[in-house]
Amino acid sequence: MKPAPKPTPETQPFWDGTAAGELRIQRCQSCERHYFYPRPSCPHCGSDQVEWVRASGRATLYSYVINHRPAPGFEDAGPYAIAVVELEEGVRMMTNIVGVENVPEKLPLDMELQVVFERRGDVSVPLFEPAGEPR
Amino acid sequence: MNVVIAGAAETDEVGRLPQHSTLQLHLEAARNALADAGLTKDDVDGIATVGTPGPIQVAHALGMTPAWLDGTGVGGSSFLFHVRHAAAAIRAGLCHTVLITHGESGRSRVGAGRWGMGADSLLGQFELPYGVVGPPTSFTITALRYMKETGLTHEQLAEVAVAQRRWASRNPRAMFRDLITVEDVFASRLVAYPFHLLECCLVTDGGGALIVTSEERARRSPVYLLGSGESAESPIISQMEDFTTSKAFRLSGEAAFAEAKITHDDVDHLMIYDAFAHVPIYGLEDLGFVGRGEAGAFIAEGHTSPGGRLPLNTNGGGLSYTHTGMYGMFAIQESVRQLRGEAAAQVPGVELSVVLGNGGMFASAATLVLANRLP
Ligand SMILES: [Zn+2]
Repeated sequence: MKPAPKPTPETQPFWDGTAAGELRIQRCQSCERHYFYPRPSCPHCGSDQVEWVRASGRATLYSYVINHRPAPGFEDAGPYAIAVVELEEGVRMMTNIVGVENVPEKLPLDMELQVVFERRGDVSVPLFEPAGEPR
Repeated sequence: MNVVIAGAAETDEVGRLPQHSTLQLHLEAARNALADAGLTKDDVDGIATVGTPGPIQVAHALGMTPAWLDGTGVGGSSFLFHVRHAAAAIRAGLCHTVLITHGESGRSRVGAGRWGMGADSLLGQFELPYGVVGPPTSFTITALRYMKETGLTHEQLAEVAVAQRRWASRNPRAMFRDLITVEDVFASRLVAYPFHLLECCLVTDGGGALIVTSEERARRSPVYLLGSGESAESPIISQMEDFTTSKAFRLSGEAAFAEAKITHDDVDHLMIYDAFAHVPIYGLEDLGFVGRGEAGAFIAEGHTSPGGRLPLNTNGGGLSYTHTGMYGMFAIQESVRQLRGEAAAQVPGVELSVVLGNGGMFASAATLVLANRLP
């Protein structure tokens, strides 16, 4: 079993979103910038006037490594990419890349991606696959 | 008031020490540093240490009753923070002489704390679900972005390990001493593409300790702390602002250089925490020794190797010398040795040395400017 995150009160809306098949991030109503990870106030301007919004789910591949020494739960995955993607909204998050062979030739940086969700116990985690590719 | 490092020593051995508990490593390093300083525990009224077992237990085991304690634990750079904080405390009159200890059974895990983070922590929620297996699969994740933006090649990354092994080959205490080539690096096991085994640090047991005090109280030729700086960035690497440069490296370096009133030309010797081969590349650029994107070529051309104009990581570094898990202590130790003229791979004429420490995955950083003479 792959590791599953355990929500806390301030991150619960994020995980409620993934369970509903939506990628939700926070946006500051004062400076209008998005941010991630979930926090009660804006890291850019300090305002606590923040809201949850649904992200488009579109992203690009910012950087990654291909891990050859699998974590518990990943034994059957073969070498797998641990990636950081940049969402269209300008924030970055760590994820795995699915729907494509995880080899350097198939994972050029800045490739376009879209979010998908994988169920892990009680929660769903956001993963990314190449945009526009057949599922 | 001039604050100095008046004593510095490592454990009798570093490497594989299954007969030593973590506490023993602290105590052995402390005794060695006190002896090196020509002082006794009764001369010490301050203590700083991190992690297991922590400053209270170390002080108690030594039979010390401290008037000042610091348990700053910000990863492998903590000891640089301790030196900086100790200097401030001594100048403020809070204490006179501080013992800083490190001991870690990184390899044998004897009497060591547990690793791991809860599933409800920041790391547990937003990084560990993606199959991260410690630093080799997370600290490394910035490198491909750096390579794309600067043109750093796989060969240049490997050259970092090659250069440091040249220093290690001259150091009998280094764990790995056989000279290596870029081909050897490529032939070593892929740990996390693009990093091969020889581009990743060791995992060892060991410890070290320092005595920080005022110049007046020092018994032997002192190493002066001319300047220091500290900073932090993100607790999880995915939220680092820009994967091609460390903000904490830059800010801590700027602060240390400004306080010491030095320029890059003044620096004879440099230690940059090298948990992985890309970290010295970031350090050289973020401290301003070379321009953006130039560090890979600078190292590959031999400028940081024996005989080069900027000797870097002269003990062999975390890649070849030792890495207990918190390497910062060993970087400071090598600077002190070079400034005293006592290093195994001694560089001639070292008068000023800079140490850059990293904590976590580019999470914290501190820089020390050390010298064996006052400006
Ligand atoms: Zn804001």
